[in-house]
Amino acid sequence: MAMGSGLLLIAILCMMAVLGWPLVENGRFFALFSTTWSPHAQAYGILPMILGSLRITVLALLFSLPMSIGTACLAELLAPRPLRRLLLVTIRFMAGVPTVVYGFVAVFLLVPLMREYLIFGSGFSILTASLVLAVLIAPTMIIFFVNGLQSVPRSYCHAVDSLGARPMQKLIYLLLPQAYPSLLIGVILGLGRAMGDTLISLMLAGNSVALPESVAESGRTLTAHIALVIAADFSSMEFTTIFACGLILSLFTVCLIVSIRLLDRFGTRGAQHREMSTESRP
Amino acid sequence: MTKICCIVFSTLFLFTCAISAHAGDLDSFKGQKGTLKIAGGTAHIPVMKEAAKLIMQANPDLRITIAGGGSGVGIKQVGEGLIDIGNAGRKATDKEVSTYGLTMYKWAVDGVGVVVNPKNTVTKLTTAQLQDIFSGKISNWKELGGADRAINLYDRDAASGTRSVFWKKGLQKANVSTTANIVASNGAMKTAIAGDPYGIGFVSVGHIDASIAPVTLDGIAPSLENVKSGAFKVSRGLYSLTKGEAQGLAKLFIDFIFSPTGQDLVKAKGFVAVQ
Repeated sequence: MAMGSGLLLIAILCMMAVLGWPLVENGRFFALFSTTWSPHAQAYGILPMILGSLRITVLALLFSLPMSIGTACLAELLAPRPLRRLLLVTIRFMAGVPTVVYGFVAVFLLVPLMREYLIFGSGFSILTASLVLAVLIAPTMIIFFVNGLQSVPRSYCHAVDSLGARPMQKLIYLLLPQAYPSLLIGVILGLGRAMGDTLISLMLAGNSVALPESVAESGRTLTAHIALVIAADFSSMEFTTIFACGLILSLFTVCLIVSIRLLDRFGTRGAQHREMSTESRP
Repeated sequence: MTKICCIVFSTLFLFTCAISAHAGDLDSFKGQKGTLKIAGGTAHIPVMKEAAKLIMQANPDLRITIAGGGSGVGIKQVGEGLIDIGNAGRKATDKEVSTYGLTMYKWAVDGVGVVVNPKNTVTKLTTAQLQDIFSGKISNWKELGGADRAINLYDRDAASGTRSVFWKKGLQKANVSTTANIVASNGAMKTAIAGDPYGIGFVSVGHIDASIAPVTLDGIAPSLENVKSGAFKVSRGLYSLTKGEAQGLAKLFIDFIFSPTGQDLVKAKGFVAVQ
C-alpha cells in the first residue's frame, strides 16, 4: 500500500516532467525563474508565485505553531477538566469545516477589517490569506500535538508528579521533549496543507502577478496560479508552464519535509549523545 | 464547482419561475431523457440557469448541469468532448475552431462596463483616464475628484472572455498593472467591488445591479439601451459552442435559447437579444 502510493507519487512527478518538457526543449526552463509573468509579451516567469507560496506558508506556520502548541497544552494539561473536553470538541469540529467556508467568511469579515484598519490596500493580501490559513491548519496540528502529549508513558508522568513538579515544569521538562516526534509530524502535515491549499489563497491573497514587496500586498501562490492558468488554451506556452509549477510545488513540499526530517535526525542524535554522556557520568 | 452549481440549481428549482414560457417552445423536449453538461463563460450563467430551470420543470427526466470556469475552459472542454455545450464570451480563435472542429452559436450581445462601489463619488471617466487607472499611472481616487484613498484594481484571469473584450475595446490594448488583484468570475468581480469602496473593475452589463455602480465611459453609460443601439462600444457576442454541428439534446437546448422564450430570458437577464 505504502509502496503503491509512493510509486503513484513518482508517476505523477514523471508525468508533470514529461508534459512540461517542451519548456526545456525551447530553452525556456530557466526563464521560468524570472519575475515577470506576461503571456502577451512571451514572459512566463513564475518566481513571484514561488515566493508567494513560500511566504504564505511560512507566515501561516508562524501564526499557527504557537497557537497550536498553546492550545494542545491547554487541552491536555493546563485547563480545568470540563474546559479541556470543550476545547477538544471544538478543535475536532474545526477540522471538519470546509475550506471554502473559511474563505467566504474571511472575504466578508476579515478583508474589510484589513482594508480599513491594518494595511489600507484592497484588503486582499498575503497577510490576510496566511491568517486564515493559520486557522485552517491549526486543528490538524493540535490533534497531532494532543495525541503526542497523551502518548507519553504514564509511569514517567507519575514519577514527575511524585517529585512534586508543577504542571508547567512537567510540560517543559517531560511532556514536550517526549512528544517531540508527534510535534514534528504535526508541523509537517500543517506545512503540507498550507502549501497545498488553493482556495484560501485564490480567494484572499489577491492573485496579482507582481513581485510583492511586503506581506501587506497582493500576491499569488503556485496553487492559485495553476487554478487561474488552467483555463488557458491547451496548446499554449502558458499551459505548459503550469506543469512546471506543479513540479516545483511538489519538489518544494518534498524538500521542506526532507529537511525537517533531517533536522530531526541530527537533533535526536545530539539528544542521545547528551543522554549517554549524562548516564556515563556516575 | 459542478457540484456546487448542481446544489444551487436544485434549490432554485424549488422556486416558481419568474418568466413564463411561450406556448410550444418547450414541446421539443417532450419524451427526451438524459443529461446535458454545460460549462464555460461566467457571463452566460444567469440565462443558462433560467433556461435549464424551465426545461427541467417541463421535463423532469432531463438533467442539465451548468458550471463556470471562463470562456477558455468552455472552449477547451467542449473541444475535448468533456461537456456538451461550451460557452464563450469571445469568438473562438481560428486555431481553436480548426483544432476542435467547433460550431459557434451567437445568441446575445453583451456589454462590458466599468464598475465601482456605490459609495464612490467618481461615476464618469474618459478612456484616457481609464487607461491611466489600469496601468497604475493614476493611483489615488483624489486625482479623479474622489476620496483620498489608493485605487484598488480588480482584473480577471487571461482566459476570461469578459477581460479580452474589455482589454481590446475598453482599454484599447493599454497595459494593465501587474499589481492588480485578480478574481476568477463575473460573480466574484461583483462581490469584490460591492465589498471594496475603493475598488474598480469591469463586469458583463448583465451582472450590473444595485450592489455595484456603473461608470459612464466617455459620456456613455453601460446600459442595455446603449449596448443595443451600438453607442456603447465595449460589447461582444455571447456564444455557445458545440463540437461539430449541435446534435440531440445540445441542439434542442440551443434551439430553445433562440426561441421567443429563450430570447425573452436573454432580455430579462440584461443582455441584447439577437432575434
